[in-house]
Amino acid sequence: MSVPGSWQFCVRLLRRQLLLAVRRPIDIGNPLLFFTMVVVLFPLGLGPAPEQLTGFAPGALWIIALLSNLLTSDSVFRSDFDDGSLEQLLLAPQPLYLSVLAYIGAHWLTTGLLLAVLSPLFALMLNLPVYALSTLVFSLLLGTAVLSLLGGIGAALTVGLKRGGMLISLLLLPLYMPVLIFGSAAVQASVSGIPTGPYLAILGAMLCLAIALAPLAVAAGLRISIDA
Amino acid sequence: MPASPAGAPLLAAESLSLTRGGRELFRDLSFAVHGGQLWQIEGPNGAGKTSLIRILCGLARYGFEGRVQRPLPLLYLGHQPAVKALLTPRENLAWHVSGEGPYADDQIESALARVGLYGYEDVPSHTLSAGQQRRVNLARLFLSRAPLWLLDEPFTAIDKGGVDALQAQLAAHVAGGGAVLMASHQVLRVSCEVRLLNLAGSVA
Repeated sequence: MSVPGSWQFCVRLLRRQLLLAVRRPIDIGNPLLFFTMVVVLFPLGLGPAPEQLTGFAPGALWIIALLSNLLTSDSVFRSDFDDGSLEQLLLAPQPLYLSVLAYIGAHWLTTGLLLAVLSPLFALMLNLPVYALSTLVFSLLLGTAVLSLLGGIGAALTVGLKRGGMLISLLLLPLYMPVLIFGSAAVQASVSGIPTGPYLAILGAMLCLAIALAPLAVAAGLRISIDA
Repeated sequence: MPASPAGAPLLAAESLSLTRGGRELFRDLSFAVHGGQLWQIEGPNGAGKTSLIRILCGLARYGFEGRVQRPLPLLYLGHQPAVKALLTPRENLAWHVSGEGPYADDQIESALARVGLYGYEDVPSHTLSAGQQRRVNLARLFLSRAPLWLLDEPFTAIDKGGVDALQAQLAAHVAGGGAVLMASHQVLRVSCEVRLLNLAGSVA
């Protein structure tokens, strides 16, 4: 029986998920639109004084990034569960660990990566100093990848439920906290001129840990959800 | 097709028991499916046909007693078509999540032609009818090289001609040394022997 190699299959899944995302641009646009709207609302609600905006920009940007990730994490496995593709994926003679990484990787490429790349635009709207932009982008790149991996765990556990939206938030928010703390602290440090290395290193460590362990939890969660 | 060790079954169930909601669906169910056999699971709605197939293919892993042995790759077709509406039938088959393939383009085309979807290879699947989407899924039967097929109601939403073609393909697979185990309410008209597994009758 001809079976593609594990990496070949992984790349195939990644291509498939990316193509599906590109054919539904609204799903890519939604989190970005959410991000834009909230960033626009902040100065209106809190007053447009530039120095005040600079003060809360790091925290605000990170909170919005976290919430927009939370919005989309429910959908990672949803449509595959609904049409039966997930059953086929679980039966595939391939390591589920890599398949799950491909799904989450595609999710991150279409949400976190785009958000991180576009974040300097939003940051300038909130008067974040230009010299802090690179730290913002870098911390978002690392942090949103961790968020996507953690979000996959919540998505896998709640995919069997018709309306898992509220439950997934409750499950994920505590896990998201450390990422938020160190992510916004990195940007804050950059604004105040303190070295940002330690914060980014901790984010990087979180990412390594998440890549190693989260797919295992996601795979177990998927098996439980399909079994139920 | 990989050959199974001489005489070893492609699928062996040992004293399977399942209780759902306080009702015993089956108890001490043991059987072995060998190459060249076609098994049909019968029973009224709610008799546990789908539950049994999900146990046999490995999707259900808890909540039942007994053991299942499946040494070789299998192909499982469930109730849902596993067809992505945003992908074309060709993409659906070429990038299928079941981890088979890779298939050449002409293999996919001929498989789609054999399920009556010639000319539909490159249209988005959401423009296909429910029956046509199921046919895209059934095209996997013409591509797969898995020796064991577990099919759950494969004839649902398929027209009469399609059912005949499908039965011919099942018979061809069995004649080629493969094995099929399927749940269906229809009386099969195939050229090979059909072994019946009646779930209603097996309840003690």
